[in-house]
Amino acid sequence: MSPMSRLSSAEQDTATGSTGADKGHAMRLLVIEDDRDAAEYLVKALREVGHVADHAADGEEGLALALAESYDVLIVDRMLPKRDGLAVIGALRGKGVTTPALILSALGAVDDRVKGLRAGGDDYLAKPYSFAELLARIEVLARRHGGREETVYRVGDLELDRLSHRVVRGEEEIVLQPREFRLLEYLMKHAGQVVTRTMLLENVWDYHFDPQTNVIDVHVSRLRAKIDKGFSQPLLHTVRGAGYMIRDTVAG
Amino acid sequence: MTLFRSLGPAMSALAKLLRTTAFRLTLVYLLVVALFAAFLLGYFALNTRRLINEQIERTVTSEVSELSDQYDIGGLRRLVYIVESRANQPGSNLYLVTMPNGAALAGNVGSLEPGVIESVGWVETAYRRLDETEGEGHVALVKVAELPGGFRLLVGRDLAERERLFRIVATAGRWSVAIVLVLGLAGGLFVSRRVLRRVDAMTDTTRTIMAGDLTGRLPIAGTGDELDRLASNLNVMLDRIEALMRGLKEVSDNVAHDLKTPLTRLRNQAEAALRNADGEGDYRAALEKTIAESDGLIRTFDALLMIARAESGELRDNMAAFDAAGIARDVGELYEPLAEEKGLSLRVEAVATAPVRGNRELVGQAIANLIDNAIKYSVLTLEAEEKAAQAPAPALAEVAGRPAGGPDEIEHAPASAGSPLSPGRAEGAEEAGQQAPRAGDNAPPEIVVRARIVADRVELEVADRGPGIGAGDRVRVLDRFVRLEQSRSQPGSGLGLSLASAIARLHGGDLRLEDNAPGLRAVLSLPRAAPP
Repeated sequence: MSPMSRLSSAEQDTATGSTGADKGHAMRLLVIEDDRDAAEYLVKALREVGHVADHAADGEEGLALALAESYDVLIVDRMLPKRDGLAVIGALRGKGVTTPALILSALGAVDDRVKGLRAGGDDYLAKPYSFAELLARIEVLARRHGGREETVYRVGDLELDRLSHRVVRGEEEIVLQPREFRLLEYLMKHAGQVVTRTMLLENVWDYHFDPQTNVIDVHVSRLRAKIDKGFSQPLLHTVRGAGYMIRDTVAG
Repeated sequence: MTLFRSLGPAMSALAKLLRTTAFRLTLVYLLVVALFAAFLLGYFALNTRRLINEQIERTVTSEVSELSDQYDIGGLRRLVYIVESRANQPGSNLYLVTMPNGAALAGNVGSLEPGVIESVGWVETAYRRLDETEGEGHVALVKVAELPGGFRLLVGRDLAERERLFRIVATAGRWSVAIVLVLGLAGGLFVSRRVLRRVDAMTDTTRTIMAGDLTGRLPIAGTGDELDRLASNLNVMLDRIEALMRGLKEVSDNVAHDLKTPLTRLRNQAEAALRNADGEGDYRAALEKTIAESDGLIRTFDALLMIARAESGELRDNMAAFDAAGIARDVGELYEPLAEEKGLSLRVEAVATAPVRGNRELVGQAIANLIDNAIKYSVLTLEAEEKAAQAPAPALAEVAGRPAGGPDEIEHAPASAGSPLSPGRAEGAEEAGQQAPRAGDNAPPEIVVRARIVADRVELEVADRGPGIGAGDRVRVLDRFVRLEQSRSQPGSGLGLSLASAIARLHGGDLRLEDNAPGLRAVLSLPRAAPP
């Protein structure tokens, strides 16, 4: 635990509540989940952070709602009465509905994830999950759907050129290792959004296992040392209990 | 009554014997063999009879025509003379010459069935010779011919020979069928009993196994027949089941212990918070602790599930070729900053490519676990060194107000704090961000991740300079939840090594723990695949 506490004490904590919803990105979400308590908790929590959330208690109802309404992200439990979660997503994709879907499953093992993604899911989260993790993932999913694939990412005075692989802060060029570059690239692609440790492990290292220790934190703090050290305005923030976010606090 | 009763079990044993497949097969074979024998003998008998008949007919016909010729040449007198002379020879045929009114003129026939002499042609008839008065009548095949002038000539031959032959064949037939039946039944019973005894032995064993004694094994006769093959296959199956059951029991025991401990802690914390908490801050702290504790529980639970699924072979579906050397490099790189932060150095020595067929994620997880372990235990050694270094100057440490040896101290202790006896430990490397020089006492404890190809295996190795594991414990630590006493205080579920071992076995490989002198060398040995 100690390196973790060292990180958080050394750096500015950002409040957990600073999510997309705060900045007027309220999303319309559909939660398809048969467990009443779990669904209630989830819907309530999503509404608390400013999103609009509907609930369907089984596969048939979920499919009907997803077809009838327009949602930003679907949150689909894997095992559902009447129609399995994967079948719901399959049916939607068959009808040309491309709404991004996050699969929730009690089956966390590697092959289940592969099955879920193959069936048309866009992301996969094993139960039990933390709400911060879920929230970070659906926000990224909603944004991905919008499509943001620029060649140059800019946050404050930090600039990352994806073609020339150059990183510049202000006037100063920053030299990064290839993995550090990919880490920064992912963070900047989702600038203003919370990115969790597992999301980083999945997207930057392409591993889905649980590393048991805080390996990611050390990589982030190395990156932070390179991009924030010596600058008055920190850009890479630790979001307590959730992950990291790159953001220009001055610009808002 | 008592006799009857004592017969009861014997009867039921017999009934059981008669119900066996072997016995039923015997019966079917017996029936087929008996029918075949009967058919063969019957065919033989009928043909023999026909042959004898033909022979008699030929003889009689030629004699009739000869006698007719004699009659034509020499008239009745000559015929009578020849007939009489032939009839009196011993063992002769039957002869009879009659007048047109039916009165006998010559011959050796005493009586015939009525009407025989009147009809010309062949007939089988009972008769009696002239010299016989009483006794059994004989049967003969006779031919009657009409001579010119109304006289009749009868020539015939006794059929006793034919009947005797036929009887011999019939007797032989009955005997052979009887012998076939007796031998067949006896053989069938013998074979059935043998089979039944072996099957009974197997049934008994399976019954004790079903009753819960999984150590029982089916008997093997050593003949290598189909029953032996079945038994040895079933025994292999039982071995597997026994291993699984043992695993299950171990897991439930360990789950009871190692999951209940954190659950108890969780509950106690919540209770303590309810009882004593003073204000929001306390509640928040208690809740955060609760979340951290449950995250630990989830992690343990996930690892257990993963081990169970790896061991059941369920994960074998998603196997593909991948480069294990690349994984060693990736995961090494992932952990390198962490190791460095802990005052260790982590180095990867990997061949260019090491193709393995399997699940990339799982092998990555296995290496991650091994590196994680190596870091954990190397830190232990660092701590011990720190203690040893501080021992000569205990006063100093106390002045600094430091409880000796907490993990935080290791990471934060400035290099200058080291007494002259501990000339600069790991901390020196922290700033450099690069490989520390290996030579000399200044080198931080090193963890080396290797990927190499040895014959048809790919070996992924993680070697550390930690306390190592004694030779006696090296197998035991691969079991679930086993943590050696010295590491009980360390965080971790105790499942890292057993998960790595289960993953190795899933891929048809194994996990070896060796002495790194000093330290531990964990070698994940996997079958090498054809280059992708």
